[in-house]
Amino acid sequence: MTVLLEVSNLHTEFHARAGLVRAVDGVSLKVSRGECLGVVGESGSGKSVTFSSVMGLVRSPGQVTQGAIFFDGRNLRDLSREEMRAIRGRDIAMTMQDALTALNPALTVGEQLAEVLEAHDETLPTGRTARRTAIRDRSVEMLGLVGIPSPEARLRQYPHEFSGGMRQRIMIAIALACRPKLLIADEPTTALDVTIQAQVLELISDIRARLGMAVVLITHDLGVVAEHCDRVMVMYAGQVVEEGPTDQVIGAPCHPYTRGLLASIPRPALRGQPLTPIMGQVPDLVGLPPQCRFHSRCPLAQPQCLVEVPMRDAGPGRRSRCLRLEEMA
Amino acid sequence: MSLGKLLERLIQLIPVLLGVSLIVFVMLALTPGDPVQIMVGEQAITPEQEAELRRDLGLDRPMVERFFLFIANAVQFDFGQSFYHGRPVADVIAERLPATIELSLVALIVALATAIPLGVLAAIRKNSIFDRLATVGSLLGVSLPGFWFGILLIMLFAVHLQILPVSGRIGYASEVPTVTGFLLIDTLLAGDFAAFGEALRYLILPAITLGLPMTAILMRVTRASMLEVMRQDYITFAEAKGLSHRRVIFRHALKNALIPTVSVAAIETGSLLGGNMIVETVFGWPGLGRLVVESIFLRNYPLVQAAVLLYAITYVLLNFVADILYTVLNPRVKL
Amino acid sequence: MTDAALAPTSAPAADSLFRRNLREFRRNRLAVASALVVLLFVVMAVAAPLIAPQDPNATDLFRRLQPPAWIEGGDWAFPLGCDGLGRDILSRIIYGARISIFIGIAVILLATGVGILAGLAAGYFRGWVDVVIGRIVDILLGFPYLIFAIGLMAMMGPGLVNIVLALAYKEWVIPCRVVRGETLAVRELEYVEAARALGAGPRHIMWREILPNILSPVIVVSTIRMANVIILEASLSFLGLGVQPPTASWGSMVSDGRAFILESWWVSTFPGLAILLLVLAINVASQGLRDAFDPRFSE
Repeated sequence: MTVLLEVSNLHTEFHARAGLVRAVDGVSLKVSRGECLGVVGESGSGKSVTFSSVMGLVRSPGQVTQGAIFFDGRNLRDLSREEMRAIRGRDIAMTMQDALTALNPALTVGEQLAEVLEAHDETLPTGRTARRTAIRDRSVEMLGLVGIPSPEARLRQYPHEFSGGMRQRIMIAIALACRPKLLIADEPTTALDVTIQAQVLELISDIRARLGMAVVLITHDLGVVAEHCDRVMVMYAGQVVEEGPTDQVIGAPCHPYTRGLLASIPRPALRGQPLTPIMGQVPDLVGLPPQCRFHSRCPLAQPQCLVEVPMRDAGPGRRSRCLRLEEMA
Repeated sequence: MSLGKLLERLIQLIPVLLGVSLIVFVMLALTPGDPVQIMVGEQAITPEQEAELRRDLGLDRPMVERFFLFIANAVQFDFGQSFYHGRPVADVIAERLPATIELSLVALIVALATAIPLGVLAAIRKNSIFDRLATVGSLLGVSLPGFWFGILLIMLFAVHLQILPVSGRIGYASEVPTVTGFLLIDTLLAGDFAAFGEALRYLILPAITLGLPMTAILMRVTRASMLEVMRQDYITFAEAKGLSHRRVIFRHALKNALIPTVSVAAIETGSLLGGNMIVETVFGWPGLGRLVVESIFLRNYPLVQAAVLLYAITYVLLNFVADILYTVLNPRVKL
Repeated sequence: MTDAALAPTSAPAADSLFRRNLREFRRNRLAVASALVVLLFVVMAVAAPLIAPQDPNATDLFRRLQPPAWIEGGDWAFPLGCDGLGRDILSRIIYGARISIFIGIAVILLATGVGILAGLAAGYFRGWVDVVIGRIVDILLGFPYLIFAIGLMAMMGPGLVNIVLALAYKEWVIPCRVVRGETLAVRELEYVEAARALGAGPRHIMWREILPNILSPVIVVSTIRMANVIILEASLSFLGLGVQPPTASWGSMVSDGRAFILESWWVSTFPGLAILLLVLAINVASQGLRDAFDPRFSE
């Protein structure tokens, strides 16, 4: 498999009143074509900011300060605004956590679908009527693809006229309208009922297989990752702490944070055992000293952990940011 | 919105309108001084004549009856006689109304046309020099007493620079036949473009003076709601779709941000009514506002009463329109 | 049940919050400077007889339309020049501050008092009390402010007390709505419930438990409104419906000056500048107050 997205040593900083916040601090990652990468971490771990940086959507006062983002052979950081705009929505698409807030309440679903085709699709005919019909047909097709019944009629409706699950599907339809090579799905299920969560995830997996696109699934739910992702990357306090093939990371984590995450979710295999939450909180990202960031919450922490810890190989395709990873196997 | 719901809202207006009428009625009824005495003034009349006048005016009947009589007459646009003009109050008001409406509409247009672009620009360039200037400007706009601002404008543009007329509505030389009473329309109907330009010249300063506080308020509202909207997820999502910046701003952000602006504009149009009295007095504009102020000093109370009622009803209806506009523009809110 | 027994459940740390907000306000330099300007006006109004260089009502036809001191023909004894009757404009501005500030404060105090009573009653008792007050509020809101005041002044005739009444008649609606909304929000909170459970009566709950906790937004709104009231008073005076001559008020001074705009710009300009300065200072200071005390509404 060839690499589609390669991020190296990415730094994204926010200038807050309290000081400089290093929201993303030296993140490197790779996503291959057609692959599904799970990105896991608590809120504030930098997982969303990392991918906002990839899309060039970091809002002021935030700023990407360092690193390279290669997508399809081009460094996105070198692109002009206009070139970047052309890539967004066409080659890299994104869905957001809550479709209710991500869809514009004042525009119909049809308008919101049409405009993304209008912005990117060069195959559309140029004649006005022909163009309109083509856009309409594509919109109906997309709504059908994500499983919305009677799509023609529903194009004229506003987002608030749909149920939560349907809205999520519409948002996915909009994101996929131009057949992107990469879909970044930011917490696609958090806002949904449990029963609908599974449907939406199935839908994403299904379309991924059909369109052959790569998916980045940002979530804090390791269960979702286990079921849908080829590889997983765990983030903590702006850094990657562990990455590797999903089954291996979940089966035998080699970072105490991943281990803690796994211990804090209920799993059928461990039925009967008590859940153990990770004690403490994510550290304040302002003025962190160069040392292991998980140290304050780590059950394995030792005095020698108070140094800067690099990512190290931990077996084939696996890496971890722990001094004591050898002892964890 | 369904017709039934609209009707329901309209019916809810009735008690408010009745209450407003009651207050206007009571205002007049409690006025010190005998209306007949005021009417008669210096003329000598016999007690019989006085009694007849009293009967004609319905002053010999009980208060409650007089109130319902007042309502019944008001519904038929009968507000009695304007003693000073020797004509029905309704006629005098109708004659002055177009000038006031014309001035208010132009002020409204001026306010909307400046406030919305400035507000949007200030929001997009938040914390820039422009934004700061706009903020200071809007603060000045709400702090400037309108009558004083008008006088400053006259001193600068009419007296000092002599590029605009001091006061009045149109130069005497360019009279055109009255059709609608709106000079901007009548001059065009007459095909007299010179007169149209002249009418416009007379409108500029009063319209700016009248529109200034509204501009300041609308700019602030637009800026604030635009900032609020720009923070929303759907703006990020629109950007993630790769739409052009223009489209994100104008189609996605502005369409939502204008909802509060439009309904505040409708409410503020009501406050233009009050501003009219001041501005028409400052600029000698022959509208209803100046008529009311003059009538107060002439103790021409029936006219004052009718005008206050008219203002209040217009104001209530404008608030109603603001409500409806808010609903119509906002697909999420169901009546 | 005594107050002491209720102490632990009452108003959560209102005092320390107040101090924190005050500190926040002090950090806003522009707002503090504006507050000082307002204070300066108040001092000027109170001490008018001591600081006014001339008798504000002394006419002198030889000084008719005398220009400000720095213009040829001016005299430093009459720094801002004289009006059409030869009265010293600066002295009249200083005395005019008394009218503006007295009316501003009187109207706001009266309106806020009535508004608090009505708003507390409506929000606490709800039911028919709320309906009746709500209807009155709706009807009063049906009048454009200035027109309502003009109508009342036309009927009541001029005079200081009448101006205060004419403005307060409608002004109380604004604090009333704020208080009602806040009361509705606060009355279900735990500490109010706790007081009720301990057997406190409605009077105690309204005055001791609810009012202290909703006072911030009321004060903020009142100060913002004060600027408006001052402009309204000046507008009434400008139309000749305010304080009667020869008493100096800013609005009527601007109006007097209209006759002389062709040659004597200073007659209208300076009193208007005084209005602008005071109103602007109140607006900036109250915005600072709002940012510090009621951040919900700031941008």
